[in-house]
Amino acid sequence: MAKKKKKSGSDSRRDFLRSGFLLGAGAVAGSGILAACSDDDAGTGEKVRVMTTDGRLVEADPGKLQPVTGESAENGDEVLSTYQKRGREGLTGHHWVMVIDLSRCQNARKCMSACQAAHELRPEQHHINVLQMQDAEDTAPYYMPKPCYHCDNPPCTKVCPVNATFKRKDGIVLIDNLRCIGCRFCIAGCPYSARIFNWFEPQLTDEEKERIYDVELNVPQKRGTISKCLFSADRLRKGQLPYCVSACPNGVYYFGDRLEDAVTNGTTGETVVFSELIRENAGYTVHEELGTKPQVYYLPPKNRRFPFRRENIYLEQEGDDETTVSTI
Amino acid sequence: MAVEITENKNTGKDLKVIVTELLEPVRKERFRNKLWTRLLIFLIAVGAMAYIYQLFTGLGITAMRDYSSWGMYIGHFVFLVAVSLVGSLVTAILKLLNIKWATPITRISEIIAVAAVALAAVTIIIDMGRPDRVMNIFLHGRIQSPIVWDVTVVNMYLLISIILLYLPMIPDIAIMRDTLTEKPRWQRKMYHLLALNWKGTAEQWKLLKKSIRIMLIVVLPVAFAIHTVTSWLFAVNSRAGWDSTIFGPYFVSGAFMVGAAAVLAAMYIILKSRPMMKNYITRKHFDMMGRLLFLTGLVYLYFNINEFMVPGYKMQKLEGRHLLDLFVGREAPLFWATQTGGMIIPLILLLFKVFRRPLPLFIISLLVIIFAWTKRMLIVIPTQFNPTLPIQNVPESWHHYIPTYYESVITLMTIAIVLLIITWFAKFFPLVPIWETARENGHENPHEKVVLDDIKK
Repeated sequence: MAKKKKKSGSDSRRDFLRSGFLLGAGAVAGSGILAACSDDDAGTGEKVRVMTTDGRLVEADPGKLQPVTGESAENGDEVLSTYQKRGREGLTGHHWVMVIDLSRCQNARKCMSACQAAHELRPEQHHINVLQMQDAEDTAPYYMPKPCYHCDNPPCTKVCPVNATFKRKDGIVLIDNLRCIGCRFCIAGCPYSARIFNWFEPQLTDEEKERIYDVELNVPQKRGTISKCLFSADRLRKGQLPYCVSACPNGVYYFGDRLEDAVTNGTTGETVVFSELIRENAGYTVHEELGTKPQVYYLPPKNRRFPFRRENIYLEQEGDDETTVSTI
Repeated sequence: MAVEITENKNTGKDLKVIVTELLEPVRKERFRNKLWTRLLIFLIAVGAMAYIYQLFTGLGITAMRDYSSWGMYIGHFVFLVAVSLVGSLVTAILKLLNIKWATPITRISEIIAVAAVALAAVTIIIDMGRPDRVMNIFLHGRIQSPIVWDVTVVNMYLLISIILLYLPMIPDIAIMRDTLTEKPRWQRKMYHLLALNWKGTAEQWKLLKKSIRIMLIVVLPVAFAIHTVTSWLFAVNSRAGWDSTIFGPYFVSGAFMVGAAAVLAAMYIILKSRPMMKNYITRKHFDMMGRLLFLTGLVYLYFNINEFMVPGYKMQKLEGRHLLDLFVGREAPLFWATQTGGMIIPLILLLFKVFRRPLPLFIISLLVIIFAWTKRMLIVIPTQFNPTLPIQNVPESWHHYIPTYYESVITLMTIAIVLLIITWFAKFFPLVPIWETARENGHENPHEKVVLDDIKK
């Protein structure tokens, strides 16, 4: 009897998964619900509201909820294939865009650490890297956070021999670490050095290793494959701003949807009209002469809201000792 | 001493002498040859162990990092592809132009080509982060990617080169089948199978000549494609130093030069391997190959001037920074050693007849080969240290590229395999074509039963 019940339980769970009602880990459902999950108390009539991975709000019986983390092997494959499928399709009806206000960046590097934590990166690996720039000898130095520009004409996806890196409908350029062969042609192709490579086995805890690979998070990282900024596609799916954008204490980042012509500041939460923001502040893209059509815009570093410490700036290519990089 | 170019020292040589002398290396292996084979096997074993370590640890055991993400392996790959081009140069171009003196060196060129291009393919797999997923290229291949073009032409060139090596060898294999009765059973069986029932009938000759001619024509576009596409792996990227429209011909001309040098070096080694070889690979051959090396070098010099002078005159920001690195910066010692030692000095020396003799040519060829290798490194690596945006917030060691012991011995392994393929080939097949040499000496059908029976005893 008990055996039978268990079987039907796993069947219905499979149906549940098949219909796409996947749970976005504990983030949405909360660990309390997850703890309550078990086959025994199925069918209590009680309903909880959860958000599906494609952004819909649904009601479900808490008894039928299963945690995504630490899945058993049999669902693992289904979860993975759902992740892979939705990861390639993207969020339809959007075209994501980022605006970085250089006049506000004072090298706090909270974006870098938040990003590294989310994507299980080593300290020397950067999906976003705050560069210290000086265009010419006498021009003003400034800090320039550099994520992936998610170009509309990406040179990296063009050269990929196996379609492991691809551009989605919503404009995000992603990498499938389960398909990547590690030829590193995309690193050579990217003029902005946005891509990194896992030269060694990533140092992960057992728990991290067991996570089901999510192409929208590049986690767990895989040895011998490429990684880079993903515009936090996993967060966008949940309706949240990217990790770096939310982590910035100085209001540097705006993130939003080009099609809606609106971007939201990650620090203040203020939403502004994207085209106006760019027009009024003379926004620009980096090296647009390369024809890559970057989807990350910069606002020039004028009227800065902090004193710029020139001594902390080194010219391009000179110096590399991390200790000289000060956090203001 | 003057070399008489028009004289053919082989004229009128007895067929029996030709067959006996050219089969000599296949008949008796010398002790030093065995020693050489063991050295190569040792190098391969060391490299293989390092590669196994790389498989388990990751590409991190090399000096490659995020900025110099292509290193010695890719440079070495380009080098091997360059060397392999010689097969088409000597065999196809010279044969189609009906240049007779090239006959004795066609087979050695072709085996160099086969071994080099096969190991070029291996080197690419060594460089892959996930060699276990190599099948993805066929399962998920994107026709838009130059890597897929490269995989296609490299395999095609390998196949055509093997055919081009094998076809002209059939009559010689038949001669070995009928004469080398003292060899072990499996080896005789191998000759028997490979000879494809060759009897030397008029019909067979007609068919053979026709097929060789077709393959000679087919190999040419593929040969140009293989190295042009290899150059595109770099030229398609918007990076200072790679962003060049002449990379195709620049690479092809450089390949012809190093290929000619490789054949010259091999000729010298064959000449020194057995005393009677001097009757077949003569001073005339060295002189002519020396001239060919000069000619290919001159073309290469022309492309070098274009490649460095034009952007050097403009000195655009990124391109200029890259060029300063090469001309006066941290790459300058290697750059100038490469350009003078591998191109300018050989070109000057080759002008003089005294340097177009076997030993000086051998030394010049080695110079050309070594600096051709460093040149490939200079093409691949320094560009990556001059990206569009500055390199910051990474460890100090990521700012330069110094190959590790691991990748060095792995690279050495691929060279050892190339040499071992050639060495083993020479153990089972004559490096100088027998029937073509016989024909040049006026023996219309080298497959004369009486003569062969005589040799057998």
